[in-house]
Amino acid sequence: MSHAEVERAHEVFDGGPLYVASPKVYPQSVSGTFRRLKWALLVVCLGIYYFLPFVRWDRGPNQPHQAVLADLAHSRFYFFFIEIWPQEVYYFTGLLILASLALFLSNALFGRVWCGYFCVQTVWTDLFLWVERLVEGDRRDRMKLDAAPWSADKIAKRVAKHGVWLAIAVCTGGAWVLYFADAPTLLRDIVTFHASLVAYVWIGIFTATTYYLAGRLREQVCIYMCPWPRIQAALTDVDALNVTYRRDRGEPRVSLKDGDNLRAAGQPAGDCIDCHQCVAVCPTGVDIRDGSQLGCIQCGLCIDACDAVMAKVHRPTRLISYDTDENMRRRQRGEAPVYRLVRSRTVLYVVVMAIVGSLMVYRLMTRQHLELSVLHVRAPMYTTSGQNAVRNGYALRFSNKWSDARQFAIDISGVPGATAKSEQADALPNGRLEVAVDPDSTQEIEFYVTAPRSSTNEAGVPIVMTATDLESGESVSVSDHFFGP
Amino acid sequence: MATLGPNQLDPITGQTTTDHEWDGVCELNTPLPRWWLWTFYATILFAIGYWVLYPAWPLLTTFSHGVLGFSSRGQVAEDIQAIHALRAQTEAGLDKASVTEIVADKRLLSLALAHGKAAFAANCSPCHGAGGQGGKGYRNLTNEDWLWGGTLDDILTTITHGIRDYTDKDTRLSAMPAWGNNGSSTLKPEEIREVANYVRTLSKLPPEAGVDVDAGKQIFTDNCAVCHGDDGKGNTALGCANLTDGLQLYGGDMKDLTYTITYARNSTMPAWGARLDPVTIKTLAVFVHSLGAGQ
Repeated sequence: MSHAEVERAHEVFDGGPLYVASPKVYPQSVSGTFRRLKWALLVVCLGIYYFLPFVRWDRGPNQPHQAVLADLAHSRFYFFFIEIWPQEVYYFTGLLILASLALFLSNALFGRVWCGYFCVQTVWTDLFLWVERLVEGDRRDRMKLDAAPWSADKIAKRVAKHGVWLAIAVCTGGAWVLYFADAPTLLRDIVTFHASLVAYVWIGIFTATTYYLAGRLREQVCIYMCPWPRIQAALTDVDALNVTYRRDRGEPRVSLKDGDNLRAAGQPAGDCIDCHQCVAVCPTGVDIRDGSQLGCIQCGLCIDACDAVMAKVHRPTRLISYDTDENMRRRQRGEAPVYRLVRSRTVLYVVVMAIVGSLMVYRLMTRQHLELSVLHVRAPMYTTSGQNAVRNGYALRFSNKWSDARQFAIDISGVPGATAKSEQADALPNGRLEVAVDPDSTQEIEFYVTAPRSSTNEAGVPIVMTATDLESGESVSVSDHFFGP
Repeated sequence: MATLGPNQLDPITGQTTTDHEWDGVCELNTPLPRWWLWTFYATILFAIGYWVLYPAWPLLTTFSHGVLGFSSRGQVAEDIQAIHALRAQTEAGLDKASVTEIVADKRLLSLALAHGKAAFAANCSPCHGAGGQGGKGYRNLTNEDWLWGGTLDDILTTITHGIRDYTDKDTRLSAMPAWGNNGSSTLKPEEIREVANYVRTLSKLPPEAGVDVDAGKQIFTDNCAVCHGDDGKGNTALGCANLTDGLQLYGGDMKDLTYTITYARNSTMPAWGARLDPVTIKTLAVFVHSLGAGQ
């Protein structure tokens, strides 16, 4: 094989990988309106996440006193004054519908405001970056440190940074499990190594994901992993407020000195001095001047950076600002910008949210504290009892959603001459039966109804069972059939 | 483009070819990736460790047991032990209480019914049906036709000692004669027909036309009343059926009654005292008693 042939072969199969590693992003620190807003929201979000499990809520003697608790062992979910049983899980469906509509609405109004300010990925990455800056310094120091050979100083900084990151990650995982059991008790058990293995496994999982997603992956989660940037592209419109570079003001980009000269000579000169500060502060490493793009989480930090520069060079601020595509077009046509928050899509979202929200509030307000269900015993469908009587068995299940024990009286109607008995119930003087049900629990009893043969037939006759709470008077009925030969 | 011969370096991949050649074609010698190879070696080491620790090799009459002494059966036995240990705490109350005390205490009762329902499904339902509904020759436990009594203690005794189970000296024992072949007391087929018709009238069922029911009544008084009573209401102390309630274990039509009187039935039930623990038997008695017909 000649040398030329080998060269040509290398051109065809150059042997290099098709994969290109993402360049590391070193976001620079910045200060300004949106940075302050982000700090404030970070404190609020993390504060809620870490301390909410410790908030107490008095529910009476037989109930947990944790304001927000997902009690998986007992199949109950508590949220302040709301208690949800497994069969009421449609509240969660409603909640998810409200959450997605709220996301759509926020997107129609303010673009990816969720991504930039509230998303867990944004909040924890911001926190991790803050730690990184504290330990390793700002953008240039970190770039230098990464390029520098290993030294005692570099090792010390790396150990400190990863140590703090891991500590935050452990707290994150630790706080997660507190939502699933009594927080103070579980915290004591975790610290003294008495908690269950499951708790430690979940803490481990959330420690690992927090550490890796916020420490290592960061903006790559937004760019490569998250579906929301793709979905939101279909939900946005020309009237949504997005972080926008005012191309009309900024172009052509010229240096500060050239700009002054050009303007003096009456030549066109943009306000953008191409200082790259907007790129340097960007947590996802994008250039907002290229226009709205998938990598932009619209956190507004470039607005702060650009405003600081514009102030220094004595040009108007908000060269980068929250603005709409429609206004960019209007400026091109020489028209004044307009901001339309009330549009058919925002109105629609609000209306649907109001409907779903009202339905949920209505269901909560009218929530029954007593539920009753019945299952006919099928083996046998009926029993011939002596010469003239027929007996049917029923499994009655009571749900007592009160936080104290309740007594329910059962009445039967619909079958002439019917009498009821159950070993699991006490007889009341007027032929009714009384069933005691523990606080916040269900109880099933086998319940037998005997009636003359003449009262029924092979096809069965309807029978109604009514349970009445002896304390509140609340009552509920179920119906079934009474069969005979 | 020239092709490579055997054992030559390929400049593009940096690998050599193998020493084989097939019709002028040579194959690159691309070794397995290191990580794959080491994983493979690790699995071999793991297998050796496994052979030593766990049952692995079939031998002529047995197998290698492994030094840990593990077996699937042993593991199941351990699990059963563990569930018994767990239940012991909750069922201590059932152990101490009598069946009557269990039924009087709502908490013990729910516990006993849950336990009894499972035990019934595992042990009793093959004959008595999933809900105790029984079948021909197998007692329907949901009706009042108790042969040996329907109180809690009666049921407990029947389950513990069985019926005609000769391995248990306290078993429920009674024997109805086969009237078709009973020595000097043997009834003729016509007599059996008459008494069968009379028995049907006890349950207010219509007799056959042209049969002398009064003769049947006389035969009943002479032969049957000693056990079943003059009124035919039976005797639970002796396991004699109540013939007036229309509920016959082996059926109440003429064919079934004729067969029963001619050959007798005398079916059996095992003594569960030898097979189940006392708590389970108590819960079974409570469960059967709860099926609607308990007395």
